[in-house]
Amino acid sequence: MFTHYIFHFLSILALFSAIMMLASKKPIHSVLFLTLTFFAIAGHYVLLNAQFLAVVHVIVYAGAIMVLFLFTVMLLNLNKDERSPKPMWVKIIAFIAGGMLMLTLIGIFRGYDIQSAQDPMTTQIGLVKNLGKILYHDYLIPFELSSVLFLTAMVGAVLLGKKEQI
Amino acid sequence: MTALTTIPIHYYLVFCSTLFSIGVIGVLIKRNALVILMSIELMINSINLLLAAFSAYTNDPAGQIFVFFIMVVAAAEVAIGLAIVVLIYRTTHSIDINVLNKLKW
Repeated sequence: MFTHYIFHFLSILALFSAIMMLASKKPIHSVLFLTLTFFAIAGHYVLLNAQFLAVVHVIVYAGAIMVLFLFTVMLLNLNKDERSPKPMWVKIIAFIAGGMLMLTLIGIFRGYDIQSAQDPMTTQIGLVKNLGKILYHDYLIPFELSSVLFLTAMVGAVLLGKKEQI
Repeated sequence: MTALTTIPIHYYLVFCSTLFSIGVIGVLIKRNALVILMSIELMINSINLLLAAFSAYTNDPAGQIFVFFIMVVAAAEVAIGLAIVVLIYRTTHSIDINVLNKLKW
């Protein structure tokens, strides 16, 4: 029962801060609420015994991506209210569309169940040792190619961020 | 641990669908380009969590490797996206996406 309580607590925390991310007017509050959501999702990974993913998630998302967002908000001095928010009817239509998407997804997945081969809370596949073996054995070429992707992204970001015209 | 205490996969499906829908609503209702990028991150994260949950429930590590690669691509995407946002701000002095309608028609 204890894992159920943790699951519900983390889910409610994640959903609450995701909604607050949309409800807050200032971008910096959105960034902080999104960080809270990411920490709740990291807790979900721990609950699934995916320790490697939990650590990578905290490092990459909370540590790198959110800091990047914060830097952008603060360096550009963007922490102002939205000057011209979208009209009300657009928001209402967006809520109806999103709510219908959610209902459709839940309706599709209703009654879906898989017979778990092993208890997911004690499964060993999420440990660094097992994932590392698979990553460096079966998925070596995609892993190396991702470094090329990062190099390309870095060159692109530097090119885009340069002051003078290229 | 008995089967009763295990969280059903159904819970993860509902939770991740809700989180994904919140991300979609965020993309639709916001005008700030940064907040739209953050909503996209939220959607990516809900997919990641669902992949990891299925991977744990079917005892197949390929799903968690996939999550790792999705995180790699998301990090690259955010770096490029924020560079583009900075560039937009430098040229238009705003990150309101409604300013960016030159390519619309």
